[in-house]
Amino acid sequence: MSMTATQAPPAAPSYLTDGFTLRSWLLTTDHKRIAILYLVSITIFFFIGGVAAALMRYNLIVPEGMIGSAETYNRLFTTHGVVMVWFFLVPAIPVTLGNFLVPLMLGARDLAFPKLNLFSWYLFVFAGLVVLYALFAGGVDTGWTFYTPLTTLYSKGHVVAAAAAIIIGGFSTIATGLNFIISIHRLRAPGMTWYKMPVFLWSLYATSVIMVLATPVLAMTLLLLAFERIFHVGVFDPAIGGDPLLFQHLFWFYSHPAVYIMILPGMGVVSEIIPAFSSKQLFGYKFVVWCSVAIAVISFLVWGHHMFVAGTSVYSALVFSILSFMVAVPSAIKVFNWIGTMHKGFIRFDAPMLYALGFIGLFTMGGLTGLFVAALAADVHLTQTYFVVAHFHYVMVGGMVSAYFAGMHFWWPKITGRIYPEMWGRAAAFIIFIGFNLTFFPQFILGYLGMPRRYHSYPADFQVLNVLSSAGASILSLGYLLPLAYLTWSLFYGKRASANPWGATGLEWQTSSPPLTENFLSVPTVTEPPYNYTPQGAVQPNV
Amino acid sequence: MKFWLAQATADAPEVDYLILALVLTSCVILALVFGLILLYSVKYRAGSPIDRGELAKKTWRLEISWTAATLVIFFGLFVWGADLYVRLFRAPSNGLRIYVVGKQWMWKVEHEGGQREINALHIPAGRPIQLVMTSEDVIHDFSVPAFRIKHDVLPGRYESLWFNAVTPGKYHLFCTQLCGTGHAQMVGEIVVMSGPDYQHWLEQNGAGGTLAEQGQTLFMRFGCSGCHGGNGAGGRQAESTVPAPALAGLYGSPVTLADGEIVTADDAYIRDCILIPEKRRVASYPPIMPSFAGQLSEEDVLKLVAYIKSLTPKEQP
Amino acid sequence: MSETSLTYEFQYSSAQHQAETAVSGMWLFLATEVLFFGALFLAWIYARHWNQAGFDMGAQQTSFVIGTANTVILITSSFVYSAGIAFITAGNSRRLIQFCVIAWLLGAAFLVLKFGIEWRDDFARHLFPGASFSIQGPLRSGAESFFVLYFFGTAIHGLHMVIGLALVSWIILRASRHDFSASYFTPPLVVGLYWSFVDMVWLILYPLIYLVGRGP
Repeated sequence: MSMTATQAPPAAPSYLTDGFTLRSWLLTTDHKRIAILYLVSITIFFFIGGVAAALMRYNLIVPEGMIGSAETYNRLFTTHGVVMVWFFLVPAIPVTLGNFLVPLMLGARDLAFPKLNLFSWYLFVFAGLVVLYALFAGGVDTGWTFYTPLTTLYSKGHVVAAAAAIIIGGFSTIATGLNFIISIHRLRAPGMTWYKMPVFLWSLYATSVIMVLATPVLAMTLLLLAFERIFHVGVFDPAIGGDPLLFQHLFWFYSHPAVYIMILPGMGVVSEIIPAFSSKQLFGYKFVVWCSVAIAVISFLVWGHHMFVAGTSVYSALVFSILSFMVAVPSAIKVFNWIGTMHKGFIRFDAPMLYALGFIGLFTMGGLTGLFVAALAADVHLTQTYFVVAHFHYVMVGGMVSAYFAGMHFWWPKITGRIYPEMWGRAAAFIIFIGFNLTFFPQFILGYLGMPRRYHSYPADFQVLNVLSSAGASILSLGYLLPLAYLTWSLFYGKRASANPWGATGLEWQTSSPPLTENFLSVPTVTEPPYNYTPQGAVQPNV
Repeated sequence: MKFWLAQATADAPEVDYLILALVLTSCVILALVFGLILLYSVKYRAGSPIDRGELAKKTWRLEISWTAATLVIFFGLFVWGADLYVRLFRAPSNGLRIYVVGKQWMWKVEHEGGQREINALHIPAGRPIQLVMTSEDVIHDFSVPAFRIKHDVLPGRYESLWFNAVTPGKYHLFCTQLCGTGHAQMVGEIVVMSGPDYQHWLEQNGAGGTLAEQGQTLFMRFGCSGCHGGNGAGGRQAESTVPAPALAGLYGSPVTLADGEIVTADDAYIRDCILIPEKRRVASYPPIMPSFAGQLSEEDVLKLVAYIKSLTPKEQP
Repeated sequence: MSETSLTYEFQYSSAQHQAETAVSGMWLFLATEVLFFGALFLAWIYARHWNQAGFDMGAQQTSFVIGTANTVILITSSFVYSAGIAFITAGNSRRLIQFCVIAWLLGAAFLVLKFGIEWRDDFARHLFPGASFSIQGPLRSGAESFFVLYFFGTAIHGLHMVIGLALVSWIILRASRHDFSASYFTPPLVVGLYWSFVDMVWLILYPLIYLVGRGP
């Protein structure tokens, strides 16, 4: 019997129908509902950070700056950086897809500490309110990197409030990471050994280790910064024997591992999608999982590459440079393994796969340009210019955001019980890919030519490339608005999804879409290795 | 419209070669990655009936191979970048010294002959130039893209950059470390001139005495001569009963500190002695040197350093 | 109370499974605290390296008597609390309450000595860094850096102590409602780990503040 999309039958019971009151949402301990709460929150922050970026690119259309005030521009890029780093990129995949899927993939009914999970969301929201206050009621103009003594002794802005917000948000991150690590150790379903876990879980485990070990250092650093700003004395002040470089060491000791917090979950998502849409086992599973661990470990050893021209010694520079080249090796191995997965597969090009392939291309470009700035003599020329800006946007936006969209589309049927309109999904993927490259590729050239970052105005000879970049940004913005529109549409009018619309492996696909509150009617037992695809899809259920 | 960058120094082409090698390596790897993705997308698309055959069972060899290849290429790039960096790091000893003070939001430049500039730096072509830089407030960064160099400029210490500009012309100078509202206005130009033109410029702009002469005035005014003697001869002469080290001939010579460490008396050493004397307690002298922190600006300190540098032992009475 | 009647959350397979997991969670949280205080200790060592004479001068201004007394108090408090745990593992809830109360009082005594007496004295002697800092001369900047870390470090440690006292109060309250027994004592155990950790942080702060640089 055929039905039109608007006459779908009433929904089967699921975690979504298990209570409709506001209280049942705001006091939930169900990891799936908490994931939805987070999804709404980080989407709001993504758009706030995006609007800041759009205004920045608007400003840079003309050399003297369309927005007259340099101070406003400085506040815009600080807003963009703070919001995007701490309120979108660091949480994004872990708190949405991670919270939703970790128990399901483990074959568990919830995370180890459900109340801690809800508390982490409240911490995030509180931190978010404080940061919005800091950024908009007066503003912060120091850049997201908060270098001293600019922040401690000279800047006029809500630095302490911004620092407080980031510290509180950091506690939310630590709580999430702690929950994932303990859950993965203690709540695996019977038969699920470590090597039977999907790569997404390994990636989140590695991410969580970084979260719990690096974030406390940031908290301490920002507290010391706040003390110095409030009392006008501190350990970063050269006038009383302090050292501004100490701040940089402490700050980057967190912030470099932080970027791996951002990318590892994305790599995990891609490692799920490529096998699913190639109907083939992941190539080199053990290499891929241990590369995630290697990336997490080595990520703690490279922070000094942000300080090659900061006044550190040549010996320090040499050590950090070689380690920075080494940290790129496991990522390269993963790229080869993903491509190896496609070899002799049965490749389908649904939206998740398009985003995942886009990830591989753009992440590789971003990673290769990381080699440019890891190479010492090249970094001296390229650091602090638009080259670095392009590099990190390729990995974080071209990489991580593409992976986030890939995961959102892949697991959308599982999370919402609805299918999104596939053609719109593919169209958005292409528009985003093209808009992204138009926006950021010219910035590599701008950086080589010497245009500094964080400049509200610039010499006229840089205008053409800036205009190209801003044009790309308008296309990219359109690309990002499309999923917001059609995914929301699908919530009301999309076709209802079956348990496993993609024919994928993984315990999450063995339960209904959307799942029941308790996830599984009976706790599954795992006997098969992960990714045991056949050309017809996952014929062998794991239970 | 600008799509190329001048190579104004002797070393700029070397940096460009490294960057070009990185570009070529990236292109090859990207061609491989994009190429294979496209190839597999077409050849192994779901509807394609081609025989996919058996899957490889032992993938170890492939993994080790591409890991090894990656390691070798990356290590090679590291060595190239590191070698160039180390060579560029060490300033030649015969560099022409020029002093730079960064402050919100301008660059102040002082030549040894006393010539002063704001947001500009005139230099002769074909000679190694060494910049000695400090900041009066926050961290700035002195950046000259055409020279392929930059370095942070910190408050409370001296940082150094050196280069040998070979092509006369005007080149952008940027501040590249966010320093507040006027960060993007802290720009200027480097003017590289031929030898004779530079001499001419020096003569045209050199009023007010050399840096060392201005430093001597400060030396007297702030009472340094009271302990260190009128010509920096030291405090065991008739003029003073206070034991203070001789300054004549000090610059560039080794000094034994109270804890036994031996350091070279360079610009940073002299600056510390004036501003943070307790950091540099000299052996066999009591720690009674007062600090002049807060009484001298960074430019004053540079003048005193220039003066002390100029004192040779021959000038003792 | 028999084991089978102990409740546990539905993601766990037994009460013991949940109890062990809670303890693992606290250990992991303490690992994050190691990194948190570790960053402070790193900054301390770094700052001291560049300002040794000033730090020594600062250390000599601290009160060795109060510092040492506080150290003894905290170690005793930790020990007493652990003894309380030993009692509840044998089912003695009354002793648990008594020992928790003693541990709490010792912790409160630490706070009174540290903030009520020692800090008050420090402020009276103008040892808080800033315009009215009482140590002048060439060692001023080093001593000021010392006292920045002293006030900051003891404040953060004090905050952890206050949280610890709140947690111990919660244990006392629940124990007085007969929530704990020989088969269920996970909350006191977990709080005990935290309380002992805060003690150990002090054991690093103590030499950094009172011993190093004090001289003969």
